[in-house]
Amino acid sequence: MSMINYASREINCKIVYYGPGLCGKTTNLEYVYEKVAPNTRGKLISLATETERTLFFDFLPVDLGAIRGFKTRFHLYTVPGQVYYNASRKLILKGVDGVVFVGDSQVERLDANIESMHNLYENLSEYGLDLREIPFVIQYNKRDLPNISSLDELQRELNPNGVPHFEAVATRGIGVFDTLKAVSKLVIKSLS
Amino acid sequence: MAGASSWSFDERDFQRIDRLLQGFLYDSGARCTLLIDRTGQLVTTAGEKPEFDSVAFASLAAADFSANDQLAAMIGETEFSSLFHQGERESMYLADVARRVILVVLFDNRTTLGMIRIKVKGVVRELSEHFSEMFSRTASAPAARVEAGFVDEAEDEIDRLFGDL
Repeated sequence: MSMINYASREINCKIVYYGPGLCGKTTNLEYVYEKVAPNTRGKLISLATETERTLFFDFLPVDLGAIRGFKTRFHLYTVPGQVYYNASRKLILKGVDGVVFVGDSQVERLDANIESMHNLYENLSEYGLDLREIPFVIQYNKRDLPNISSLDELQRELNPNGVPHFEAVATRGIGVFDTLKAVSKLVIKSLS
Repeated sequence: MAGASSWSFDERDFQRIDRLLQGFLYDSGARCTLLIDRTGQLVTTAGEKPEFDSVAFASLAAADFSANDQLAAMIGETEFSSLFHQGERESMYLADVARRVILVVLFDNRTTLGMIRIKVKGVVRELSEHFSEMFSRTASAPAARVEAGFVDEAEDEIDRLFGDL
């Protein structure tokens, strides 16, 4: 639910990074935080456990600057990936404008990816949203690891609708900005 | 592509809401108020300008409120319509407005919790009326859209900002 504030001339859009535990959602945000110009981003807020697992969410605002007189900003959120944090995941999806699904390419995580994708569909449907109708892209992360599923297999299992997809190694920043660029452009298009 | 439903907030809404908030600040002795929508976006502030990062603050306050809503449901309540966090010097009081917006009041020892509580009730009632009217107006009008040319410019800016990173 993007909010257009004509009084302060601001447009804020919410993008959520979703996916199974330890797939690299937080790593994506950390890389974005590290690389974008400091004057275009706010503080990276992480609500995490002592072992640095996301407990509630990570949050990073990124300013696009003034576009046609409107200060345009993306609010990037991650969700906690672990299965038992579903109540928190659902809360973060409230008012989402665009979704990035971060898949873990390792063979042994294929089932976890599928389960998380189903969970995403379910949670969105509780807000009356359908993933096929909102801006959505998929990132296949950890492509540098030895024991990974082929791109074809991941596409078959996770991307039947053929949304834009990107291969990534988030720890090295590979694919991170391609993913963010794609989802943010889809979100902007959905405003028109 | 159909996005999630949007709502918009214009100059007249702003003036009316600002008047209500200024009146509340005067009556209650609070330092400052923030209106935050339930998705974590800051709508407006009134009173002393916050010295903290208000964007981050808004995302955390909305999450706090939502988490407490779920806790309320678990113990059989439909909602906790207000929350209070007490600090040594600064305290905050959060109240629901029309189920879509959260009023956050920051206050110190120049006033009391009792006074805040009484005055919040009145301003929440007035804000709720205004927001309900605003939401029904948005629902019946065509969705707010950005002007032509916005998308192209925004896409160029995305390429520039995220391009070579």
